[in-house]
Amino acid sequence: MSDTGRILSLHLAVLAALLGLHFVAPPYHHANLARVMVLAVYAMGYNIAFGYTGLLSLGHALFFAAGLYGTGLTIQLAGWPAGPALITGLLAGAAVAGGLGLLALRTAGVSFMIVTLMFAQAGYLTILYFTGYTRGEEGFVLPAAARSIGGLDPTGEAARYLLALALFAVALAVNLGLVRSGLGRVMVAIRENEERSRMLGYDPFRVKLAALAISGLYAGAAGAAWGWLFGYVGAGFATIQYSILPLLYVLLGGAGTVLGPFLGALAMFYLIDIASGLTDAYLMVVGVALVVLVLFAPKGILGSLRERWLRWLP
Amino acid sequence: MSFGPYLLLAVLEGLVSAAVLALTAVGLGLVFGVMRVVNVAHGAFFMLGAVIAWMVADALPGPPALGFAAALVVAPLAVAALAAAVDFGVLKRLGYDPDATIVATIGVLYIVEQAALSLFGPDARPVQAPFNLRLQLPWFGYSGYKLAVVAAAVVVLLAVWLVLSRSRAGLVMRATQIDGETARAFGIDTDRVYAGVFALGAGLAALAAVLVVPIQQAHYLMGGDPLLLSFIVVIIGGLGSLRGTVIAALLIGVSEGVVSVFFSPTLAKILATLLVALVLVFRPQGLFGRRAA
Repeated sequence: MSDTGRILSLHLAVLAALLGLHFVAPPYHHANLARVMVLAVYAMGYNIAFGYTGLLSLGHALFFAAGLYGTGLTIQLAGWPAGPALITGLLAGAAVAGGLGLLALRTAGVSFMIVTLMFAQAGYLTILYFTGYTRGEEGFVLPAAARSIGGLDPTGEAARYLLALALFAVALAVNLGLVRSGLGRVMVAIRENEERSRMLGYDPFRVKLAALAISGLYAGAAGAAWGWLFGYVGAGFATIQYSILPLLYVLLGGAGTVLGPFLGALAMFYLIDIASGLTDAYLMVVGVALVVLVLFAPKGILGSLRERWLRWLP
Repeated sequence: MSFGPYLLLAVLEGLVSAAVLALTAVGLGLVFGVMRVVNVAHGAFFMLGAVIAWMVADALPGPPALGFAAALVVAPLAVAALAAAVDFGVLKRLGYDPDATIVATIGVLYIVEQAALSLFGPDARPVQAPFNLRLQLPWFGYSGYKLAVVAAAVVVLLAVWLVLSRSRAGLVMRATQIDGETARAFGIDTDRVYAGVFALGAGLAALAAVLVVPIQQAHYLMGGDPLLLSFIVVIIGGLGSLRGTVIAALLIGVSEGVVSVFFSPTLAKILATLLVALVLVFRPQGLFGRRAA
């Protein structure tokens, strides 16, 4: 089988398996998987910036929150219908990421991490500052009636799962298309050697800006979908911890692999789920996972697999 | 109270936070300067210092001064030992790669915070000040202990400066900072220097925390603000410059004290974080630094 054939069948098989699980998974895991798929979209976006382009951002929670609040506030305060509100959230993620990129991409490496961290922190504090509108830490619940789009009601478990799956499928397809496109290859080239790609005539700033904006679009889509599907909007999603989570997922699953973010999100979600059954010290699990990963498996699950056996993995 | 004394009170409060901040930030800056490691767990080391101080003071019977004095010795040493272990067990094995060490220290931060929550509990707990002296100014009384904190910070910072600029240990550190390869070629055990610097940085944070804990109670989440503010101070002061760090700590500490008396503390923090981000974008060498970091 050709590489393209293998890649297509692998990703279609994953989507088919997720569709199959919709019919057989027990309710508890069914609900979990819907969440994991939305988080995986967020992590995929993170991976486009970090895994493929080498931009280690510590501020992605800002883009997720832009999507979440872009949707939540337009519904809650402006009384918009859910459809336009969702699109607003999606675009808010990309716009915030693009705007931040214009400033932050003037720096690199450690400075880039700190700058993104600082902007995200300022964003979080801003949400708290306008508690009158955003309800701050406490957040607000989007009423079910305001969330339906022309009869499409996302409040039922089944609809929620299928909508999350649809979003995940689109995100996966776009991601796959992106990394196999010219832009995707230039992104990797810049990650590997920025100077050389500049010498070959590419403009690293523009490519990185594009990667960050696409990454923000993903994060915004995940945030908007989170608010729409699960109906809760709160400042907790804008904290540093939500910038760390996608990093963790991507590191665990494998940076620079298309399926890695999903695999990482799935594994981490269940690791925390199982750990919190045994102990309430779930942050400990996150901490130990981070340290162990950077020490012993810096390439993550799929990254290691690709290195050994599956050379064709995108 | 009229405006003048009000401002004086704000400046005094600002000086106290500047003193604590300078100690914490110098620790962070030292680690970054010599090792090029951004230690995200620095705030966790700060918190650990406060928590250990409470434990020591709580375990020792007798006058509060005795418990406090014991905490002043035990907490920084214990935290420094832990930091040296982290350096040896994690950072060294990562080859001090900037990206990987950030991720690893985030992990350490979570581990330390969770350990403190599990062992120490979610409550904020006070440590008694070693003495209760109240300085009576014409307009208001002011805690003598707070002024002692400022004095102690000045002494420690002078000591750090002396060690760095006059002692052999400081020379070795600076040599490692400027060119690790060459330092190794001259027979300097850079691994030991790195472990020592990392321990010293964490110890300074713990020391600052012990000093602050009679003013502000020990709590397992207390490390967040010092971490963020230390970042701000180190960046504004110019990464790797001790003098700049101290000046920036004064600037930030006092202005934060003054601003938060007159404005909302959240707004003050938003402006400070944005300012730092913009300083990093447009003046990466910091306001006082001379060459690019």
